[in-house]
Amino acid sequence: MISEVVMPQMGADMEEGTVVRWMKHEGDAVERGEIIAEIETDKANVEIEAFDSGTFRKALANEGDTVPVGTIIAVIAAPEDDISKYGSSTEASKGEPAKTKASAGAPPAEAREKPPAAATPPAKAPPTRQQAPAPPRVDGRVRASPVARKLAEERGVDLTKIRGSGPDGRIVRRDVEAAATGGAPPKAEAHAAAPGPVTTVARSKMRQTIARRMALSKREAPHYYITVDIDMTEAERTRKELNETSGQDVRVSVNDLIVKASAIALQRHPIFNSWFVEDEVRQHTQINVCIAIALDDGLIAPAILDCANKSLLDVARAGKDLVERAKSGALKADEYSGGTFTISNLGPYGVETLVAIIQPPQTAILGVGAVQPKPVARDGEIVVAQVMKAALSADHRVTDGAQGARFLNEIQGLLEKPVALLI
Amino acid sequence: MPELTFREALRMSLREELLANERVFLMGEDIGAYGGSYAVTKGFQKEFGPERVIDTPISESVIVGCGIGAAMGGLRPMVELMTINFSLLAFDQIVNNASKLCYMSGGQIHVPMVIRMASGAGSQLSSQHSHSLEGWYAHIPGIKVAVPYTPYDARGLLKTAFRDDNPVIFIEHTALYARKGEVPDEAFDLPFGQAEVHRKGKDVTLIGYSGSVYQCVLAAEQLAQDGIEAEVLNLRTLRPLDIDTIVASVRKTHRAVVVEDDWRFGGFAGEIATLIMEQAFDELDAPVARVCGADVPMPYAKQLEQAALPQPSDIVAVVRGLI
Repeated sequence: MISEVVMPQMGADMEEGTVVRWMKHEGDAVERGEIIAEIETDKANVEIEAFDSGTFRKALANEGDTVPVGTIIAVIAAPEDDISKYGSSTEASKGEPAKTKASAGAPPAEAREKPPAAATPPAKAPPTRQQAPAPPRVDGRVRASPVARKLAEERGVDLTKIRGSGPDGRIVRRDVEAAATGGAPPKAEAHAAAPGPVTTVARSKMRQTIARRMALSKREAPHYYITVDIDMTEAERTRKELNETSGQDVRVSVNDLIVKASAIALQRHPIFNSWFVEDEVRQHTQINVCIAIALDDGLIAPAILDCANKSLLDVARAGKDLVERAKSGALKADEYSGGTFTISNLGPYGVETLVAIIQPPQTAILGVGAVQPKPVARDGEIVVAQVMKAALSADHRVTDGAQGARFLNEIQGLLEKPVALLI
Repeated sequence: MPELTFREALRMSLREELLANERVFLMGEDIGAYGGSYAVTKGFQKEFGPERVIDTPISESVIVGCGIGAAMGGLRPMVELMTINFSLLAFDQIVNNASKLCYMSGGQIHVPMVIRMASGAGSQLSSQHSHSLEGWYAHIPGIKVAVPYTPYDARGLLKTAFRDDNPVIFIEHTALYARKGEVPDEAFDLPFGQAEVHRKGKDVTLIGYSGSVYQCVLAAEQLAQDGIEAEVLNLRTLRPLDIDTIVASVRKTHRAVVVEDDWRFGGFAGEIATLIMEQAFDELDAPVARVCGADVPMPYAKQLEQAALPQPSDIVAVVRGLI
């Protein structure tokens, strides 16, 4: 039996990946589930595993090669199988993404039963998902007419760089012609008017990904915003006591409390634990809360998986581990594409408010600022309380303001009376 | 060039054939003494006699069957089936005999027969008498289907139909009989399988045949007011189909709309759209669109009948959606 190993799609917006290292070489025996290669995406390095046992017959991509998602990069087969049709590493052939047989962290059985699932975020991701969200329009696939594609190829125009003016944003012939002949003259004039000398800053892959995803979110998801002041006095006291008395090797941070509170609130308001994909609201039962982590060259928001079934201490441990692995580029695929809700916390920078942009295809994000002593009125007296501002940004296609308010009140209540977080 | 009606153009060609070849004869319901339901053969029986212009019983199967037999025996019959609606009674003769005898006899037997029939809706004849089924005949290998739009087409295509040694279905849209156009006095054959670029344009190709060309022309005039230059193709024959002219036009305009009175589902417009996709995929700047008759039996009420037929405004709206 011949098993093709293809460049897996680690998230809806991944278009290509680089083979960093082959763990197996021609002639090596491979067991199903064994790690066969390490690949680099625009977000992280991930290991991919074999979905079938056999002999590692051929690598079709060299270490360092960058190939499109779906490209066959290796062949695992029985020693006697004829694999001559696969050619060599210099001519890696484009396979059907739907045939994807390898994907980090994806259970093989499920991937085989539901081939499309392997083409997108890992099959392990929230179980309510009925079909893979590899939607043509959400994943950055270019919508262009056939003649526009032909013309773009002839004139060397990159279709991903131009905007379509046709029906439904389709790139049509006139758009390619405009781009080929210099295009967008107004923009050029704007540049000409720039004051003083200008240097163009090279954008890393991560910057480009952030640009694409955030622009997609702001373009397609109508955000609404709700802000509350959360009295964190009790939460801070509880956290201190817990850290002094737990006897565990991990300290609980303010952020861990917010993650746990959000997870409980999401269980009670599950509509906020949804994806909006292909005009469908897909509500997940597993709660994977992403935390935004600033990196030197950008930002990443991987998920703490299954928060609802983790204790506060487990969340703290998982969060710490996640931050470390995010910084070393060793995240697993489902951690950065299986998230169902996100928390972005700029508290450590002392800011008061953060109004965040939703990470598509998620439908809400909580932005939080620093916990700061503030005068508040309590029982007719002005007292000093530890106050944190929290802002919920939510997708109006999925929920309305009143639902958002109830959800945010739930988080507020859990943090102001934090005992429930310890259960 | 003199101006003739579509009806007069047909009559001119028929008369020439009767005069030129004594093997030519006409047969059909009320074509003789009455002169034909659409008056195409008026005066012919007096001029050529009842043996060459024959009034038949009301039995389409018999009319076509006799025609096939006569053609096999060496005559050149033209049979008239008052309308395409009644041709369904002769469908078996057309499909199982006329279209296949040449093939089944290994080319030993030919059926050089012209079957004329009126087609189309628009005169409040309700659902049983308003069909546009020419696409059905175009589906069948072994018969040719001529769909003239102008009087010029009618004259030239009918002459070519008589030249053909195999059966030709000749479609006459009832709304066209009284329309006028320039037609040469001298005889000419208009080749099958050659579409006419009826109006030149560069922004979109409107593809019509028979009566629907007229809707395309009206739509093109409206579009021109908005600066959209539509090219209008008049197919002239569905079998053989001049796909080359269609593709050449699409290469220029990169957009195509097929217009026909017939029902959309499984219809001939779908065939044209598929051929464009197969042969000019890389030229398309928009999906090929169809404007067809509504998916209902033709209503009797005038407003409903018009609503069920492709209108220029429908075509204009579809074109705007493509640009």
